[in-house]
Amino acid sequence: MSESSRLIICEYCDSVYERQQLGTHQRAHCRRCGALLDRRPWLTVDQSLALSATAGLLLAFVCFYPVLYIYVRDQSGSATLLDAVLALFNGPVSVMGMTMACAVILVPATQIGLLVWLLAFARNQRHAPGFRPCMRLLEVLRPWSMLEVFLLGALVAVVKLTGRIDTAPAAGLFALATLSFLMVGVAGRDVRMLWDQLS
Amino acid sequence: MMPPFADQLNLRLCHRCKYASPMAEDPRHCTRCQARLHYRKPDAIARTAALTLAALVFYIPANLLPIIHTRTLHHDSTTTILGSVMELWQAGAWDIALVLFTASVGVPVTKFLALGYLLVSVQRRSDRSRKERTRLYRLLELIGYWSMLDVFVAGLLTALVQFGPLGGIEPRAGILYFGLVVVLTMMATLSFDPRLIWDTGRSNE
Repeated sequence: MSESSRLIICEYCDSVYERQQLGTHQRAHCRRCGALLDRRPWLTVDQSLALSATAGLLLAFVCFYPVLYIYVRDQSGSATLLDAVLALFNGPVSVMGMTMACAVILVPATQIGLLVWLLAFARNQRHAPGFRPCMRLLEVLRPWSMLEVFLLGALVAVVKLTGRIDTAPAAGLFALATLSFLMVGVAGRDVRMLWDQLS
Repeated sequence: MMPPFADQLNLRLCHRCKYASPMAEDPRHCTRCQARLHYRKPDAIARTAALTLAALVFYIPANLLPIIHTRTLHHDSTTTILGSVMELWQAGAWDIALVLFTASVGVPVTKFLALGYLLVSVQRRSDRSRKERTRLYRLLELIGYWSMLDVFVAGLLTALVQFGPLGGIEPRAGILYFGLVVVLTMMATLSFDPRLIWDTGRSNE
């Protein structure tokens, strides 16, 4: 570990600290502004890789399997994540369709792709080709992944329709719930550990 | 005894990889990830102010224009954001009405007020309640994208309720402006630099 990565700078107030060895549930907070400085990564490289691959499969599943079913008298309908995006895209405001496609499909898919790529090499203590741009891209993408909002959206949609139309959750909804939970774990700040582990 | 600031040790935080970059040789790029180094985020105040104002302007049509058009055999109806909250409330689903109200009114309004307050207080070089203001900024980061809720609900409902001539739901222009408000306020939050809060009043710590 180089001289400088022993130091942590608080991103909220620019205070400098020496990195301390933390226990499993210990967290380091900034004394000046109270922000989280450091914590032990939740997952090892192997675990992150396995969960990223799982997340990739779940994302594919949510795109093609229905999230909700509806029934009205003799008619029924269903919608997948992809259907919801396409519905906006084909409507009068296709720009929002593109935004939604980015927020719930493209960004998570790119995050997962990058994670699998980086972690697969990191397992063998190696830098993946394009390591630095990939790590930077992950950092840029993080705020724009909105899967958990879509999850809440599915819940709101159910309530909005009840009374008029019968709704039932489908397998996609459970996959979506698992996926948004997984993304918090694998695409969070833990990835930064790769900077220190591979050097 | 408070910890030193990065510039006092001739260090600079890399925004991308959070590395403490030594500035002895005055590098332009982070030695670890090669992202461009900045002392503070460039033009933070101007950019945040511009983006917040733009979002504020779009927030008006976002509330006035309908977001959803419902078509049934008997009648057609369009709903605005507040209208759909009211509808849920009257139907007895007060909990979901509250969730929707929080996401589509509470969160954006909080963001406007908080961003405005942060901008004004930093501009006036205030050194009061800096810790609380930093916490406010972290709150902004946290709630950032939840207002996208309405847009996603509109998309999902449109995809679900398609019964051809018998009825259906279609999105309307309101969600465009609403989505823009969310994206612009998120960009405003990202371009603000909370370290500006701590740049004043360093001597009297």
